[in-house]
Amino acid sequence: MSEHYPVLLVVLPLLAAPICLLLRHGTASRILAVLVAWTCLAMALEVLNQVTSGENISYMLGGWAAPYGIEYRVDALNAYLLVIVSVIASVVLPFGETSSDLTVRTGSLYLYHAAFLLCFCGLMGIAVTGDLFNVFVFLEVSSLASYALIGLGKGRRALRAAFSYLVMGTIGGTFFLIGVGLLYQKTGTLNMADLAVRVRELTDAGVGLRSVIAAFAFLVTGVSIKLAVFPLHQWLPNAYTHAPAKVSAFLAATATKVSFYLLLRVLFGIFGAAFVFGTLRLHVLLVPLSILAMFSCSLAAIYQRDIKRMLAYSSIAQIGYMTLGLSTNTELGLTGSIAHLFNHALTKGGLFLVVACVAFRLQSTKLEDWSGIGRRMPWTMAAFVVGGLSLIGVPGTVGFVSKWYLVLGALDAEWLPVAILILFSSLLAVVYVWRVVEIAWFREPPDDVEIKDAPLSLLLPTWILIGGTVFFGLYTEITIEVARKAAGLLLGVAP
Amino acid sequence: MTPDVLIALTLVAPLVGAIAVAIIGRKVDDADPASRPAANLRDGATVVASLVTFGLVLNILQLVQGGARPSLELLEVFHGVHLAFEVEPLGMLFALVAAGLWIPTSIYAFGYMRGHHEINQTRFFVCFAVAIFAALGIAFARNLFTLFLFYELLTFSTYPLVTHAGTEKAKRAGRVYLGVLVFTSVAFFLCAILLTAHYTGGDLEFTPGGILEGKVEGTPVFVLLALFSFGVGKAALMPFHRWLPNAMVAPTPVSALLHAVAVVKAGVFTVLKIVVYVFGIDFLQAGDYSVWLCWVAAFTLLASSMVALTKDNLKARLAYSTISQLSYIVLGAALATHHSILGGGMHIAMHAMGKITLFFCAGSIIVFAHKTHVSTMDGIGRRMPWTMGAFFLGSLCIIGLPPMGSSWSKWFLALGAAETGQWVFIAVLMLSSLLSIGYLMPIVGRAFFRPPKAWTDEDGKEHVAQTEYSEGSPLCTVPLCLTAAGCVALFVWGGALRDLLLPILETR
Repeated sequence: MSEHYPVLLVVLPLLAAPICLLLRHGTASRILAVLVAWTCLAMALEVLNQVTSGENISYMLGGWAAPYGIEYRVDALNAYLLVIVSVIASVVLPFGETSSDLTVRTGSLYLYHAAFLLCFCGLMGIAVTGDLFNVFVFLEVSSLASYALIGLGKGRRALRAAFSYLVMGTIGGTFFLIGVGLLYQKTGTLNMADLAVRVRELTDAGVGLRSVIAAFAFLVTGVSIKLAVFPLHQWLPNAYTHAPAKVSAFLAATATKVSFYLLLRVLFGIFGAAFVFGTLRLHVLLVPLSILAMFSCSLAAIYQRDIKRMLAYSSIAQIGYMTLGLSTNTELGLTGSIAHLFNHALTKGGLFLVVACVAFRLQSTKLEDWSGIGRRMPWTMAAFVVGGLSLIGVPGTVGFVSKWYLVLGALDAEWLPVAILILFSSLLAVVYVWRVVEIAWFREPPDDVEIKDAPLSLLLPTWILIGGTVFFGLYTEITIEVARKAAGLLLGVAP
Repeated sequence: MTPDVLIALTLVAPLVGAIAVAIIGRKVDDADPASRPAANLRDGATVVASLVTFGLVLNILQLVQGGARPSLELLEVFHGVHLAFEVEPLGMLFALVAAGLWIPTSIYAFGYMRGHHEINQTRFFVCFAVAIFAALGIAFARNLFTLFLFYELLTFSTYPLVTHAGTEKAKRAGRVYLGVLVFTSVAFFLCAILLTAHYTGGDLEFTPGGILEGKVEGTPVFVLLALFSFGVGKAALMPFHRWLPNAMVAPTPVSALLHAVAVVKAGVFTVLKIVVYVFGIDFLQAGDYSVWLCWVAAFTLLASSMVALTKDNLKARLAYSTISQLSYIVLGAALATHHSILGGGMHIAMHAMGKITLFFCAGSIIVFAHKTHVSTMDGIGRRMPWTMGAFFLGSLCIIGLPPMGSSWSKWFLALGAAETGQWVFIAVLMLSSLLSIGYLMPIVGRAFFRPPKAWTDEDGKEHVAQTEYSEGSPLCTVPLCLTAAGCVALFVWGGALRDLLLPILETR
């Protein structure tokens, strides 16, 4: 049975999604979705266990041998992504009151679960497949589902945000497809492992380099749009702000992470570090962009009045950390980036759930409405403080772990100023986090509003993620071991 | 009890205290007399926690005096970097000071907080206990990572204490407090730690004789030392000293224990520890790496003494005096001779005892006489003889005259300066002592020798000269007399302190 896990991770949510539609019932569809997510989590953990202890998994779809058939190929990095996505889905899906859900438009709860499962399926598919065209298919599956999820938010602005995300996302998808086409034309294969060998032959020989570079540019730009690399991030703040808060939690914690994984695969897996950083010198472009993202978006976050929008800008800044770690092209920096995938997923997912908790009681995500909320909802806002500390990168939280490796990576690459800039930019996080903390804890709450803390069904998932930021901030063994192994694989050195 | 269990218990004791206070104090409304019994129980929990903690620290002291280095390793956080504790003499001394002075402070705090009708006392006592936990973590840290972890915890746990009043002024002060301390610690201190890890290949352990020798030399050492000494913002080296006067908006027990003892001493302790166990005294001496730091410390020392002279608000004056006295310890570290390190280490304890006494007195004067400014304190010595007597003894301790403990530490510091041949620093030390006479003795003089006069208190209320007030609650008076007596006791125990600290000078 366990040899079929890679494909079941995709098939199970794919089948469950239409069943949700047929059920046409909020609670029943929720139970189904939660069960699917939990089953996937168990399978993903088993897969991770297999690849960390033994060999990489290669699964031939329909028994067709690679490179002709579609191959699902799982190494430490894929399995790690599978675990991230399924963990977040398993925590976010049960989040919410069973009877009613005020954060999603009424009557559409089963639609929410169907779209959620499709999005989940697409993200898992990207993470598990070893076929580049198959990646594109799943990219579109997840994107289309996420447009629907964002559109479920209350108010017309959600629809507009979903539409502009749709436009940007489609451009990104098209770029990606053009890149895939060009590569296929040059090499005649779509299997990523096979592509890596053939592209390397081409780049080493120096033949047809122009098409390869064009393919590279299209692929990287396409993924960068999906990943919201600065300055291609314009769609992200609106999408995260107007989506239902728990959708933002899921997307912020998973969608960008999977896109980042894709960037890693394209850069290191297909084209190879020597070509990307040696011949093309991508870091010359990527490092300034990353630093700009870290500073300009952190600064933008400081001036936001809406907490969801603030967290969205912070996400773009955090993506800057990841792309920066990748551009160091060192094992330590890459370890930091990969570790940050999981660490930031926990932190940002947890923080968006906090926002969802408050929005559930308060019906507002505006900062000024949050004055004194810490007195009314102490458990919820305590979670915000812990998550905020992790965002800043205070020692003892996951944010510190990633920063530790990122800075050491920058020092390894002999980039002392960059290392210092990383530290300075985290000071900006202090400002935007503390702004909220001060208003929530040290302002008097308005007298006329009597609200209670969020119910347990909301608090528990929130605290699971927030608790994780502290737990994995100290017990780094698991994350760092896997991240190190994945970094080693990407750089082609024995871990 | 095995040593590792003992360390774990010592660290856990204040945390358990914090949890107990939080649970008991959940329903306490400090404005409501009906919940007085629950409040008494809550405050009792703090005293018990402080007593237990101090008892456990004394147990560790016995081990350390016997030459042992009790240690506790929790888990490996990064490759080769553990969350781990090891008690050596310098950390032992800091732990003794922090835990020991927590007892009188917790007693004093009840008298003060109730006398001052403060609200949210539960939050206050919880954060206080967490801050002590953080201070003990700093004292026992085995490597730079563990130290940094607790250093940041100390910053964030004391923030709610600084902003306790919740007023706009308190919030602004809290912003400066958090801003300066987090900025310096992340931008410089963390940067220095990571650079150290880079140069040593991941070794961050505190090792006798240092870990940098042979790994790095020349300009990077200057850079590292600068990053460390300015990065430890809690040591309040100029120009990163602004947070300390701002922190004075906190209730006086916080100023007394945290901003005269635990927090600031954590800063100078960290500087000393880094100089001794990361750089190594001989390494610094050999390359003359720390001479510039002597000058910075000397400047801070004199400049803040002069600022103290100009301050009329008593707590602000004491805060600047603290900045000046902290620089004595940084100067001791920077001179990097055996005597100066000893003197710096001893001064941690000596200054703590003297300054906590002065703050206790200042707090009593605020609560019971409603006076905050020196210019209004004419004649208070007649109404509050015990308080002002203790103030006199505490002042002598800050100035460094026998029979006060700090005469020893200043003696060793001067010897250290002489050892390096830098006579100018002896002159600086003496000049600063004179300045401290200048800003402390007039207060005592006013209190005892001038007739009372009319004044306006902090709420703008007018008082006539004949207003009746007196010594106030014994919960306040007894602790401050005890710490004043402690200043004298430390003079007697000076030798014992020196013997405790001597092993830190062994290089291997």
